Amino acid sequence: MIDPFRFEFFVNGVLVATLAGALCGLTGVFITLRGMSYLGHGLSHSVFGGFAAASLVQVDYYLAAGVWGVASALVINRVARSRGIGSDAAIGVVTTASFALGVALLTVFGSRGPSFDAALFGSIVGVRTLDVVVVAGVLVLAVVAVLTRYRALLFTTFDPEVAAASGIAVGRVDVLLMCVLSLAILATLTIIGVTLVAAALVVPAVVARMLARTFALLLPVAALVGAGTGFVGMNLSYHVDVPSGTTIVLVGAVVFAVVYAGTARYHH
Amino acid sequence: MRTIPSSPTEGTLVELSGVDHSYGGTPAVYGVDLTVTPEELTAVVGPSGSGKTTLLRLLLGTLRPTRGVVRRRPGLAVGYVPQLETINWDFPVTVRECVLMARRQSRPWPWPTRAERLEVAEVLERLGIASVAGRRVRELSGGQQQRMFLARALLRRPALLLLDEPTSGLDLATRHDILHLLGELNRRGTAILLTTHDLNGIATHLPRVICLARTVVAHGPPESVIRPDILERTFGARLEVLEHLGLRVVVDREAGRRVGVS
Repeated sequence: MIDPFRFEFFVNGVLVATLAGALCGLTGVFITLRGMSYLGHGLSHSVFGGFAAASLVQVDYYLAAGVWGVASALVINRVARSRGIGSDAAIGVVTTASFALGVALLTVFGSRGPSFDAALFGSIVGVRTLDVVVVAGVLVLAVVAVLTRYRALLFTTFDPEVAAASGIAVGRVDVLLMCVLSLAILATLTIIGVTLVAAALVVPAVVARMLARTFALLLPVAALVGAGTGFVGMNLSYHVDVPSGTTIVLVGAVVFAVVYAGTARYHH
Repeated sequence: MRTIPSSPTEGTLVELSGVDHSYGGTPAVYGVDLTVTPEELTAVVGPSGSGKTTLLRLLLGTLRPTRGVVRRRPGLAVGYVPQLETINWDFPVTVRECVLMARRQSRPWPWPTRAERLEVAEVLERLGIASVAGRRVRELSGGQQQRMFLARALLRRPALLLLDEPTSGLDLATRHDILHLLGELNRRGTAILLTTHDLNGIATHLPRVICLARTVVAHGPPESVIRPDILERTFGARLEVLEHLGLRVVVDREAGRRVGVS
């Protein structure tokens, strides 16, 4: 069998999958604890609209999809809070409309960037050095945000009302988290795909919750689980010739099942 | 009218004048005039939906009045203990981590300073929960959960402590412990205002009672407030008040009649 690490695209792919796994694991901890897993799912669909628009207006995919993703996240945040519509309904409206617009644009105008299938299910092919740099940059940004705003993020996630009463600008922390989430989805999308990003956000966080006893440990454990499943899933993708998003998520599901069974026995 | 950020009258911590608060048109409280002074220990009583939690939030500052003025002493530190039912107890956080949330992060990295660690250990020791510092919050008993939130509130060194139903769902002995703790804090100079449904177990034992039915029906010492006419206006039910060993005891004879036992 040919050693896949001889190919630059594969090395890049593994690097992106590993870093993106860590990024999603870290971000996913806050997303799942805030009951916002559906937001991750929705935002990945929303970013797809930006992906399609990038082809149309001929700007870089990251720029268009990034602006689109952050804008959708902020619109959802605003709609959900201001009119008593509820976040699940706001997410449903904003993100599906954005996804549908993306599909319409791609159907009519076609794509200059990754293919339609690659955007939906993730692809190992054509991962550029730029993709590695982007995902590494976003990961560094997320780590810095989590470290410097750790207590505020924890307090507003656990008990937002008392956090606000203690002088924490809860709204600003929410916006920060929304931005980090949008960027994480954006950086992950080409490898994992629109339809499966939510799993990359949720699975490592849930596995870490079964393993870690303290919140301080939860974050590195989730990042490690995410990175591990990304690395193994990407290698598997090459060998079994299945889209990378699919194998990464399936590896995550197996890890979840094993840890679930193991910790259930331990708890008994 | 809007909130005027001026100081309250000399010697008060918070002052509410003509305060209304509505959630989408329905007034939760209206026409509330109230002062909270240093070192007071007060129970707010009223039926469900009488605006007790809204009143606490107005005092706390997380809600703004839709009418009227709230004046707070400049720099006033307020501690808040929420209702236990509002918390996600499956949240993966330890007691120590939860208490430390109250301290604002002063450095770019999140690890607590030595002084912070000592401070948390001290407050946990003081509240008798040092032995469960490393436990996850869901592994605590109701009394320990209440003490943990009390510890978190105390870490802010509050001059005013607000507690929402601090004894709801607790057994008798734990309720006594919590009340004893609150009494001690109050004697050391912390003003305390708590909401409760428990007239006989708590309200009649505290120096001041506020009867709330969306507006303040009456306030003052139990002997002047715990009266059948005031209780009827507050709860919309006929309650009798007996004197026993110098204490007021509220009797709900109507409930007995309804179930046919008296």
